[in-house]
Amino acid sequence: MSRSSGRSSPLTPYLQVAPLALIMLAMVGIPLITVLLLSFWQSDGISIYPEFTWANYQQVLTSPVTLTLFLNTLKYAGLTLIATLLIGFTCSYFLVFHVRNLKWQIGLFLLCTIPFWTSNVIRMVSWIPFLGREGVFNQALISAGVIDQPLDILLYSDFAVVLTYIHLFTLFMIVPIFNSMAKINPNLIEAARDAGASGWQILWTVIVPLSRTGIALGAIFVVTLVMGDFFVVRVMSGGQSASVVSAMKNQIDQLFYPEAAAMAVLLIVVVLLMVSAILRIVDIRSELAK
Amino acid sequence: MTDSKKTGLSRRGFIKASAAGAGAAVGSGIIGAPMIWAQTIKDVTLNQVGPSYSVIADICEKASVDLGFKIVPQTADSTALMAKVVNQPETIDIADLEFWAMQKVWRSGQLQPVEVAKIAKWGDITPVMKDGKNFDGSPQSMQGTTPVKVMYTGGPGDTAFSASPTDFATTMPTIYNADTVGIRPDLIGRPVESWGELFNPEFKGKTALVNIPQIGIMDAAMAMEALGELTYGDKGNMTKEEIDTTINRLIELKKAGQFRAFWSTFDESVNLMAGGEVVIQSMWSPAVTAVKSRGTPCVYQGLKEGYRGWGLGMGLMSHLEGIKLEAAYEYLNWYLSGWQGAFIARQGYYSSVPTTAKEQLTANEWGYWYEGKAATEDILDPYGAVMDKAGAVRDGGSFESRMGNVACWNTVMDEERYMVQRWNEFVSA
Repeated sequence: MSRSSGRSSPLTPYLQVAPLALIMLAMVGIPLITVLLLSFWQSDGISIYPEFTWANYQQVLTSPVTLTLFLNTLKYAGLTLIATLLIGFTCSYFLVFHVRNLKWQIGLFLLCTIPFWTSNVIRMVSWIPFLGREGVFNQALISAGVIDQPLDILLYSDFAVVLTYIHLFTLFMIVPIFNSMAKINPNLIEAARDAGASGWQILWTVIVPLSRTGIALGAIFVVTLVMGDFFVVRVMSGGQSASVVSAMKNQIDQLFYPEAAAMAVLLIVVVLLMVSAILRIVDIRSELAK
Repeated sequence: MTDSKKTGLSRRGFIKASAAGAGAAVGSGIIGAPMIWAQTIKDVTLNQVGPSYSVIADICEKASVDLGFKIVPQTADSTALMAKVVNQPETIDIADLEFWAMQKVWRSGQLQPVEVAKIAKWGDITPVMKDGKNFDGSPQSMQGTTPVKVMYTGGPGDTAFSASPTDFATTMPTIYNADTVGIRPDLIGRPVESWGELFNPEFKGKTALVNIPQIGIMDAAMAMEALGELTYGDKGNMTKEEIDTTINRLIELKKAGQFRAFWSTFDESVNLMAGGEVVIQSMWSPAVTAVKSRGTPCVYQGLKEGYRGWGLGMGLMSHLEGIKLEAAYEYLNWYLSGWQGAFIARQGYYSSVPTTAKEQLTANEWGYWYEGKAATEDILDPYGAVMDKAGAVRDGGSFESRMGNVACWNTVMDEERYMVQRWNEFVSA
């Protein structure tokens, strides 16, 4: 790119990448290897013996619970993905194509981030008094005469879990989509319109394809966040549902580390497959380089 | 790190001081020794780690003032503490361990036994903690981890428990209580007398269990047994078949919508009850108090089948030695001297030496907390807030009628791995 790179030694790129590589190796590589090793070791509920065994994987892979847990977690991930995508895309579309004034655009964008000024936990827990049996929403519906019995499904249910995920993670969808959309050259849209495309055609054949990098990035964020969560599931389902990680947490609490490790490895494999599937559809790297 | 350094310093200081003391002793006999002792013990810092209901900053502060050395409180729930004891023993000096946790951690060899001879009040410790006997001399329920099962060991280095009393205790018992269900009398409107009510379709969608597998399944087992659906050989150590029957029944109930939630934390259980989400559920005693303090009626309902008991002991980590170990013993002895017993009595827990706690409580407090008598004036918690009005009686009555009626003890089972797996299945069903 520049002349200086021509003069530098062939070692330069390696040195440049070394700090990050070392940090990644120490902070990600070593723990991962530990988890992998642990998943092949034996334990008796307190001590861990470094003796090779397939038992942990055998237990995880043959237990019907594992499938239920993964299906349940995938269901949450899927529902959250669809909802955050619809909301994220709509918000970004509005911000980019309807709000023409840059100041307003920035202002409204900041508005989207306001919920992030407080912690995840507070944002999550604040739903509880709102949705509860004697909560604000039920009280309002009852006093409005819409229902005469409080709706139990609002809290401690799958509905509550997915709702919270959507609330927590939509911004992770808005930001990358907004970013991709903002890069779309307005001339392209005008050209499409001149060529006689309808609003839907423009949306579907111009905007969506050009926003797909953002959509893919957002999807990766949302999917990995949901797949790795246990706290939201535990609190918002009132402990009535389990995710892969919440089951892992139960095992860790009872000091069954190797089993939890085997489950963790399985989860990593599944998430990696999902991410690589997303990357297969959209080549983020080449798109970002544009 | 800094801690071990400090120990090293103080130990070196101690050696230096004792050398000086030896010199002084030549001239002045042994009079100098206690003074030197008092100087060096001041440098000791003890890290006490345990669950929040046991390791309380106010108690550590008071002890530090009384004893002259520093006790640093650190809270960790039992599961985190077990992992810490096994994997990072050097970060702890004194561990407040639940008796069921002792079943898991004692064999790791990270704790040293407590020498009974060094605990002045050992003889005064209540029989329900150390003798396996009820107050009337009858044997205690041996379902689950009855304290006496894990109380004694053969001696230093022994990683097994001794069935009969020895001169070495695994931990020094401190606090304990009898657990039962919490109910909302105003929403139920009729007497509740049996664990079976947890599964009563009348309360469909309004019951909750604690999401700690080994405790939740035991509450369920109490209910199953009360309903005559299954008689367990030992609820504290179920067979695979018993686990299967219990979990299958729980799954059936869950699918029918019996449960509103499975709570994991103290505040969750408080909010479920106070918010009217549930009317009957597994609960801890201070959670009931917390609900009451919000002005919502709540009763810690004693049931005819008996209570689920639990207790804690203070364990000494293996690495304690020399002056630090002496300081730890001083602290243990201070713990039984009454102040701590009175403090935790005001939170609804019992002290392992009730006689010394009695000295520090008013007659009204003693009558309310231990004797099941009506309060003659308002009952205050340790921080001065009103817990119960004059005229009120403690739920479940006296110390002896509560602790003497424990049907099973919190525990870990032999089939624990299988049980946790099935519990996960239940939760995800």
